[in-house]
Amino acid sequence: MERKAVFRTEGITKVYGTGPAAVHALRGVDLALYEGEMVVMLGASGSGKSTLLNILGALDTPTDGRVFFRDRELTRLSDAALTAFRRDHVGFVFQFYNLVPSLTARENVALVTEIARNPMRPEEALERAGLPDRMDHFPAELSGGEQQRVAIARAIAKRPEVLLCDEPTGALDSKTGVKVLEALVSINDELGTATALITHNVGIRKIAHRVIVLADGQVAEVTENDARVPPADVSW
Amino acid sequence: MLTLRALDRKLWRDMRRIWAQSLAIAMVLACGVAVLILSFGTLQNLTETRDAYYERNRFADIFAGATRVPDPIVREIARLPGVAQVEPRIADYVVLDMPGMVEPGMGRVISLPPDGALVLNIPLLRTGRLPDPLSADEVAVAQPFAEAHGLRPGDSFRAVMNGQMRELQVAGIVLSPEYIYTIGPASLFPDNRRFGVFWMSHTAAAAAFDLDGAFNDISLRLTPGADAAPVIAALDDMLDPYGGTGAHDRDRQMSHNFLKHELEQLEALAWIMPPIFFVVSAFLVNMVMGRLIALERQQIGLMKAVGYRTREISAHYLKMAAVIGVLGVLIGWAAGIWISDGMTELYAEFFHFPYLVSAPSTAAFAISGVLAVATVVVGAMRAVRGTVRLRPAVAMSPPEPPKFSRGLVDHLGTWLRLRQTTMMILRSITRWPGRAAVTFLGVATSVAVLVGSFFFFDAFDVMMDEMFTQSNRQQMTLNLTREQTLAAVEDATNLPGVLRVEGGYAVQVRLINGPRESLQSLQARPDDAELVRLLDRDSRPVPVSPSGLILPELLADDLGVQAGDVLAVEFLGGHRETHAVPVAQVARQSLGEAAYMRDTALFELLRVAPRVNQLNLLVDEAALPALYAQIKATPAISGVALWSEVRVQYQEMVDETLFTMIFIYTMLGVLIAVGVVYNAARIQLSERAHELASLRVLGFSRGEVSYVLVGEIMLLTLAGLPLGWLAGYGFAAMTSAGLSSEIVNIPLVVSKQTYAWAALVVFVSALGSVLLVRRRLDRVELVSALKQKE
Repeated sequence: MERKAVFRTEGITKVYGTGPAAVHALRGVDLALYEGEMVVMLGASGSGKSTLLNILGALDTPTDGRVFFRDRELTRLSDAALTAFRRDHVGFVFQFYNLVPSLTARENVALVTEIARNPMRPEEALERAGLPDRMDHFPAELSGGEQQRVAIARAIAKRPEVLLCDEPTGALDSKTGVKVLEALVSINDELGTATALITHNVGIRKIAHRVIVLADGQVAEVTENDARVPPADVSW
Repeated sequence: MLTLRALDRKLWRDMRRIWAQSLAIAMVLACGVAVLILSFGTLQNLTETRDAYYERNRFADIFAGATRVPDPIVREIARLPGVAQVEPRIADYVVLDMPGMVEPGMGRVISLPPDGALVLNIPLLRTGRLPDPLSADEVAVAQPFAEAHGLRPGDSFRAVMNGQMRELQVAGIVLSPEYIYTIGPASLFPDNRRFGVFWMSHTAAAAAFDLDGAFNDISLRLTPGADAAPVIAALDDMLDPYGGTGAHDRDRQMSHNFLKHELEQLEALAWIMPPIFFVVSAFLVNMVMGRLIALERQQIGLMKAVGYRTREISAHYLKMAAVIGVLGVLIGWAAGIWISDGMTELYAEFFHFPYLVSAPSTAAFAISGVLAVATVVVGAMRAVRGTVRLRPAVAMSPPEPPKFSRGLVDHLGTWLRLRQTTMMILRSITRWPGRAAVTFLGVATSVAVLVGSFFFFDAFDVMMDEMFTQSNRQQMTLNLTREQTLAAVEDATNLPGVLRVEGGYAVQVRLINGPRESLQSLQARPDDAELVRLLDRDSRPVPVSPSGLILPELLADDLGVQAGDVLAVEFLGGHRETHAVPVAQVARQSLGEAAYMRDTALFELLRVAPRVNQLNLLVDEAALPALYAQIKATPAISGVALWSEVRVQYQEMVDETLFTMIFIYTMLGVLIAVGVVYNAARIQLSERAHELASLRVLGFSRGEVSYVLVGEIMLLTLAGLPLGWLAGYGFAAMTSAGLSSEIVNIPLVVSKQTYAWAALVVFVSALGSVLLVRRRLDRVELVSALKQKE
């Protein structure tokens, strides 16, 4: 069966700064992200994985090359169109959760459901993220793992086609991290949301369908996992 | 070479970073400083100038008028204890026929002593010379009138003196300490075209007014430390048989009185305005420094860890506040000096001083400087104290995240089904009520300043309506040379174009209530008067009560009486009687403090036949030239007040002075709004950049994200408006009370338009400021904002 690509990139490069001080974060990356798959992107610090994720999520633009979301070329869209793209199609999860401190868990999710086209109820999103009981707590009243699950609930509540996660377990201990990964895997399984997950933690690669390793701004290696391992069995 | 310590270098770099905010605060502070310098500076300049002028030209202390006093009385007066110098004169009003002026002008003629040795109220010669003591038709002309008519020594003009048309020769141009502010009888404003003052030789004046061997006006100078009251009482007694119209001190001297009130208003300004600006800047500094220090919490921890003492770190941040303070002081001083010079010159022009004594008020500079810097340092102190006391380890770790809690806002949110972005706004306000209060109160202050200044338009509209539509509906008032029977009213109807005539009678009285007394003109009013009407306290015309006195509000307050109380009325000007008369009504009157009585009641009290010494006319405009010609040729008329002209002047005065003043106040009000809102928005943005970037990442448009920033500030702005209106009304009440005097009673009326305009101006300024800050949102980089944790 032909797999449909959600994201496709053609030779994207990203240069920060100019002249001798210029930093080449990406040097011609071609890759695709397919429907329903979970991809783990690995790489050392400075390998360009975050830059890549930000470009896919339309938070940043490449210096050169093209990015397609299905058949639309993102690199040609206006700022307003990119905002609409983020609003309708992409969910983000960050290392530091990026919750609004003045809104409760439920309200942080509602923040997104209020502007989404076809959202699930905030309660449903929180349940799927594994946090059914603490909906009326403010972020400051939640643990790191709980906050990250609120962030996941917020990301999936709009029923996005893609979930982009930048080091979602980076600030968590392993026990809590497992819970967060479990939430992501179950969402990927149940909703079929294509998920790209950045980590520098090699152990996590086992939960993915596919692993892309970046090094020095280029794709160094792509491997497919024949057998995925549940997060609970991953150690790091 | 001077090397800056590291901390000082940090100070300058920090200042560069927050220059816009610092400048906004410095500007608000500068306003307070400038107003202080400006008011006290101008006040000092004018006071010194006036005092020097009074001293050099020997302005008298006591003034009195009479009908005809034999010359020998002067010696008796000079012997009164406490009297140093005496200057008897002949002074009277004349009708002028000026070339190029259809309407009659008015003049006051003052005699120069026969021996030419002036003792008091010495006119200062500007050009030409004083009139020859032997010349019958030479005059020295007061400079304002000469300028208005382009008169120079050698020119001539015509005057009707005691019924005779005379050709007068200009010998010289002078200024007088008695006429720093020149205003004609029954007039409201200086009108240098229609009213002038002249000095002529004693012989000529005596001949013209039939006062040979007598005088009708006297000025006294007291010995240092002498009490004026017994001299005034004695003088009244001595002049009573000769038609004395009541002696008075400088406070009743028109020119001095006006000048005094003007200076008092300046002083009031100095006390009301600067504190507002100082308090606002203190709050702003507190807000901005609070934020800066919160951001530098970890740096503070580090400094402490490497061994800086709490005192040194505090000093570092207080220095920053001091720099803002010094900046504000310098801007304020510069602006203050600049405006003060301009203002002193304006005043000098308006008041006709021969010269200006520039007396820089060092006290004003010192006080404003110290106060301003102290204000901001105190504002900063509160912000500094909390953080610098923390132990290094605590300071170096990030502050605890803000604790939000559920409360009233949540019920409101659920009930109104508010969007989450709106909830963010509401929670931010309830979480930081102090900061919200600064914005809220700043906006309210700004609105209050605007309401308090725009209200002048309302007040002057009402005064205009009261003066020219409600009470004085005549086109002109004719003053008669002497009292006449009611036949004069009949005669006046035969003057060209006259449609209606109403007679009036005015007599000088001293109103006495125990220790309080007031020298006033008591005016008789007929029952059926339609041209000149009395108004009640709500500015509605009311009939004149059949008996008793009618007092304007301010006079009633001054005398401490109300309707029903009884006053002693001492009749002057030859009547020599004192009667106890009850106060029947208290009336509203914008200008002047004259008291009123029904004509029949007054004449009955004085046991005289009805009489008039004023005629109020309604005239057919087409016949005016003929009427004017007739007035110039009628000896019985000693003066004319043209109400339609007064109205035009009034409008001009309002247009020129009021607009400038209100423009300045508007700028000050706007500056407060901008200073407060800009700073509040900058702080919001700095604290929430992370949060707002997150919203952008989640797919919120720029507009939707801006809503959170702009919404909070504008919500506080809207909330501040009603308080501003209320405070503005209070401010207007303070201003109206502070600026009202026996000369002018400013009504406390604030129209809906005033409230609306004040709100609109502040709303737009706030919106402009917050939008200026909002633009920075576009520059917040999404990626980097997400990278670091708060």
